Amino acid sequence: MQHIDLSAIDRAILVVYFAFVLGIGWALRRFVKSSEDFFLSGRSIPAWIAGLAFISANLGAQEVIGMGASGAKYGMMTSHFYWLGAIPAMVFVGIFMMPFYYGSRARSVPEYLKLRFDEKTRGFNAITFAVMTVFSSGISMYALAKLLELILGWNFHTSVILSAAIVLAYIFLGGLTSAIYNEVLQFFLIVMGFLPLVLLGLKDVGGWDGLTAKLNTVATNAGYAPGAWSSSWRHLDAASSNPMGVEWFGLVMGLGFVLSFGYWCTDFLVVQRAMAADSMSAARRTPLLAAIPKMLFPALVILPGMIAIAMHGTGGGLLPLESDGTPNYNLAVPVMLGHYLPSGLLGLGLTALMASFMSGMAGNVTAFNAVWTYDIYQSHIRPGQSDQHYLRMGQLATVFGILLSVLAAYAATRFNNILDMLQLVFAFVNAPLFATFLLGMFWRCTTGHGAFYGLLVGTAAAAVHHGLVLPHGATPGLKGAFFGTVLHTYPSEMAQNFWTAIFAWSACFVATIVISLATRRNKSDDELKGLVYALTPRLTDHEIVWYKRPATLAVLVLGLTLVLNVIFW
Amino acid sequence: MKLDLRLPIGLMFAIFGVMLTLYGLASDPAIYARSLGINVNLWWGLVLLVFGLVMLGFALRAQRARGASSSVPTPRSGPE
Repeated sequence: MQHIDLSAIDRAILVVYFAFVLGIGWALRRFVKSSEDFFLSGRSIPAWIAGLAFISANLGAQEVIGMGASGAKYGMMTSHFYWLGAIPAMVFVGIFMMPFYYGSRARSVPEYLKLRFDEKTRGFNAITFAVMTVFSSGISMYALAKLLELILGWNFHTSVILSAAIVLAYIFLGGLTSAIYNEVLQFFLIVMGFLPLVLLGLKDVGGWDGLTAKLNTVATNAGYAPGAWSSSWRHLDAASSNPMGVEWFGLVMGLGFVLSFGYWCTDFLVVQRAMAADSMSAARRTPLLAAIPKMLFPALVILPGMIAIAMHGTGGGLLPLESDGTPNYNLAVPVMLGHYLPSGLLGLGLTALMASFMSGMAGNVTAFNAVWTYDIYQSHIRPGQSDQHYLRMGQLATVFGILLSVLAAYAATRFNNILDMLQLVFAFVNAPLFATFLLGMFWRCTTGHGAFYGLLVGTAAAAVHHGLVLPHGATPGLKGAFFGTVLHTYPSEMAQNFWTAIFAWSACFVATIVISLATRRNKSDDELKGLVYALTPRLTDHEIVWYKRPATLAVLVLGLTLVLNVIFW
Repeated sequence: MKLDLRLPIGLMFAIFGVMLTLYGLASDPAIYARSLGINVNLWWGLVLLVFGLVMLGFALRAQRARGASSSVPTPRSGPE
């Protein structure tokens, strides 16, 4: 692929952005006095900032590059990640789960598990989460450096070291506040940097109608019905009639229920942003306010991919090809940047791209240092130290968290399979977790043993399912069927993932109930006050103006999402 | 709020806006062939400039309001 040349103006924009990122960290350093300031922003963040950080922390490599790639590969169905998955889950976490997270004064998601269940459940979650964040941040770094090498010809090592140093500097100085402020800055940058690309692309293909017409050609050439790339629900009757290879049940249960709720409701990376809010009502509004821009994100991240494949498939030959002749979907967004944006705006677009990778990294690092310090170091290694001790440990954890991420980034260059395998294992661990939380928060009889062994059973069920099935066209091994026999072949990897999640969740759900009934409760009703739905006094919102009430926002958000689903049916 | 976040956001986008607008005025029109013949630097630069100034305006107004009421300590909304 030919490198894109940057001119002086593009470099200048990049430099201005880095100056602001570091400047914010520097300006916030004097506010970090206690460990709570460092890990939870002293619980003083207004709802709108926490809300934008809530989506921005998740706006990493996987979202900008991955959703663009999926938009090209699967078309409009990719919007289900938002309108079926993320948005309902964000409403659920704001309305039903935040009262327990924020109200219990837990400082992290694993700490909630400790309060609700026991030490072993917390330990299991803390350790898997800590390892997972380090690897996610490493993968983000690796992907950024690889991308810059490919499209700009930059040196891989320089990119890794530069991005690590910048993220380290601003988190070390200002802790979570600095990460959150920078995430909001990055949010606006991503919107402002990608919007011109989308507008130019849409104008070029002749608006939505022109895009649909071109995508119809793409769909018929691939052997599907004409609307397969441009409608979200219409071709879900059978797995064989859409490019994603899923039918409606697998999609709704696997993606809409287990995977999305599992991620948005239990992942400390995002929940930490809401925990930093300045009041209970702000914490509950955080995911709800975040849902409003989030539901418009498909226009920003999926549409460029759809435009790219429309141009590619109708004679443009826009995307570079892989060795097997299929288009390289991962390059859809970077190629579009180079195709439409002249120097000047190109600098802004690339800065936005880098910002998205760095916010993904920073989100992981801030979540890592909190979980490491509170849930591993303070509870197992050195309990009972002064607050200043834990603050220093948090800063130290930022340094070694980033060093470990750099190592993970280099591991990714040499052992691609090991990282794939780790991600697989994490998927096994995460899918059942939502069942544990659901039972823990809404059924007072769930016991510590039930939660812990239920999680293990769910994880094992995920591994067993994955080990017995295979996506179409794959060879047994990491992709599935590692037990040697193939019981079922799914049309796509995505369908396989959705069903693995469904099996894992159901197994965990049933096992947790059975084991809880067989074991004695380790927490009395009194101890569970504020942790379980039935034992917590209802929150009343009467003192808040009606339009700021979580329930009002929730209805608004769900209504708008429904409208979007219908428009793009 | 510890530091009004609208201040750095407004400042950064105002600077980007000025940079892009000036570059749009000075640059060779030939480079806009790829952006469908539209001088996107000029137009988007102006959009960013307006966005930045609006953010700065909000931040300065809030600062002035805080300055006026600084004699009365505002109650900090604590956790419920």
